[in-house]
Amino acid sequence: MGQAAPPAQKQLGKRRWTFYALSAFFALFVAFLYGPMSAIYVLSFQGPTGGLTFPMRGYSTHWFVALFEQQRTGDFAGAFSRSLVLAVLVLLVTVAMSVLAGLAFRRRFPGSTFVFYFAVASLIMPGILVGLGVGLTFQLLDVPTNWYSAALGAQLTWTLPFGLLIMFAVLSRFNRAFEEAGRDLGASNWQIFWMVVVPILFPGMIAVALFGFTLSYDEFPRTLLTAGAKNTLPMEIWGMTTNVTSPALYALGTVTTLVSFIAITLALGSIALIQWRRSRKPVSKESPAVEIGATQ
Amino acid sequence: MKLSPALTSYLQVAPMLVVLLLFFGVPLLVVIAFSFFDFDGINTVPSFVWTNYQELFASKVTLSLYLKTIYYAVTVWAITLVIGFTVAYFLAFHVRSLIWQMALFLLCTVPFWTSNIIRMISWIPFLGRNGIFNQALMGAGLTHEPLEFLLFSDFAVITAYVHLFTLFMIVPIFNSMARIDRSIIEAAWDGGSSAWRIIWDIVVPLSKTGIALGSIFVITLVMGDFFVVKVMSGSHSASVAMAMSNQIAMVQYPPAAASAVVLLVIVSLMVAAILQIVDVRKELTR
Repeated sequence: MGQAAPPAQKQLGKRRWTFYALSAFFALFVAFLYGPMSAIYVLSFQGPTGGLTFPMRGYSTHWFVALFEQQRTGDFAGAFSRSLVLAVLVLLVTVAMSVLAGLAFRRRFPGSTFVFYFAVASLIMPGILVGLGVGLTFQLLDVPTNWYSAALGAQLTWTLPFGLLIMFAVLSRFNRAFEEAGRDLGASNWQIFWMVVVPILFPGMIAVALFGFTLSYDEFPRTLLTAGAKNTLPMEIWGMTTNVTSPALYALGTVTTLVSFIAITLALGSIALIQWRRSRKPVSKESPAVEIGATQ
Repeated sequence: MKLSPALTSYLQVAPMLVVLLLFFGVPLLVVIAFSFFDFDGINTVPSFVWTNYQELFASKVTLSLYLKTIYYAVTVWAITLVIGFTVAYFLAFHVRSLIWQMALFLLCTVPFWTSNIIRMISWIPFLGRNGIFNQALMGAGLTHEPLEFLLFSDFAVITAYVHLFTLFMIVPIFNSMARIDRSIIEAAWDGGSSAWRIIWDIVVPLSKTGIALGSIFVITLVMGDFFVVKVMSGSHSASVAMAMSNQIAMVQYPPAAASAVVLLVIVSLMVAAILQIVDVRKELTR
């Protein structure tokens, strides 16, 4: 770190105007990113007579109450709980399977290229096409589609490759010497996995979990044709965009964003906590798995 | 019991592979099969006919739909690439404290973890006739009448795409840039290189994996989108996937399947072209 200071200083000195220009660009981008969203969060607190646009007619939580009461807008509470359960299921499966698959890819095995490109193909497949395919397959088999069966599988075709790519990034920084040390000390494969690999990969696994949860919780095109009779939350929102012309729509947006934020905070908070604990332990000073900004 | 390394790998990759085969491989084959089924407008009869494809290619709408979708994809790709590269470059090379770097990076990625539909509809009160943007323009005296082209137009569609998908560009490019050895850049500075030459000759080539990944994400997301076009254009415009979703809604599965197969071939060709330029796997697993 210290030895990099002089050139960096020079860089800063020479390029002062570019730094400010880029900072301004970045600030504009953040405004672009958050501006419209914050407008709907404010609008969701419209007074009872308020409409879909500004000006605000007083402030109230009227539309949040309406959201939970109003049955004509659909089954909001049911969709909400289904989406949460589905997201947790996707999270668990994604973490378990992508960690295992990531470990497999540390060796080149016959067919590994095929598996890799198969996963990439699954990732880039237009979502509606996956939905159509899974829906038609279930129809051919004469099995009814349900959010916990067809939709779960359809969502996994998108979260698993994502998880795999994250595991690639995490494992490329994983030092195999730890495993070898464990083996030298007489640990079994099982012990090495649970006592060496998993603890080191844990922050990366939380990152995969965060992706799994939020990608599923907000997933729409793959779920649309596979969820069967009962809606998930994004489908409920989609329905509301065409039917509902009251700020209840924005209230729903605020509630679902809040859930996403809680998931993000829990995940990032626990990663930060683990990193902090590790940095306090003198024994394991080695850089842990996830350090996105690490400059080696 | 000692397992061979290859067998261990197979066992480890098997759960993921089985799920992908069942919910991606098999459904893909089913879609291809359906695209050859006979469809008389109401009933679907299992058979092997080319009529779905013939009708698709004979229709005048098809070409214009594809041109429109590709127009969206290329425009959005260009805009997100410029924004994504600039933001990632700023974060990776101009923000020097690691804490700030992480904080600003998270600031960019947090919206990615929230609902796309909500983020999309958030533009409606913003761009509408009486929306915030028009109010601001009129308030500032720049226009006297609200601008009509803002909402339910190509402008709105592209704005929403850029808003939703720029993050898919920033994250992989930033990841590539963060791995660039700083001493190379210092050496270039010491050798008297200009900032532009450093960007063109060092940063761009070394972040090409990230650029390729981001391009793949953005292009495939736009090519497969149906709901942004529908809502943001106010049904004035259409995309290939939107036409497909309309056919699905009308239970016209065989024509929809044929159109899906053609879309898939085109998207795959685009991705293959990108992968031809950059060997993503080699770079990812190195």
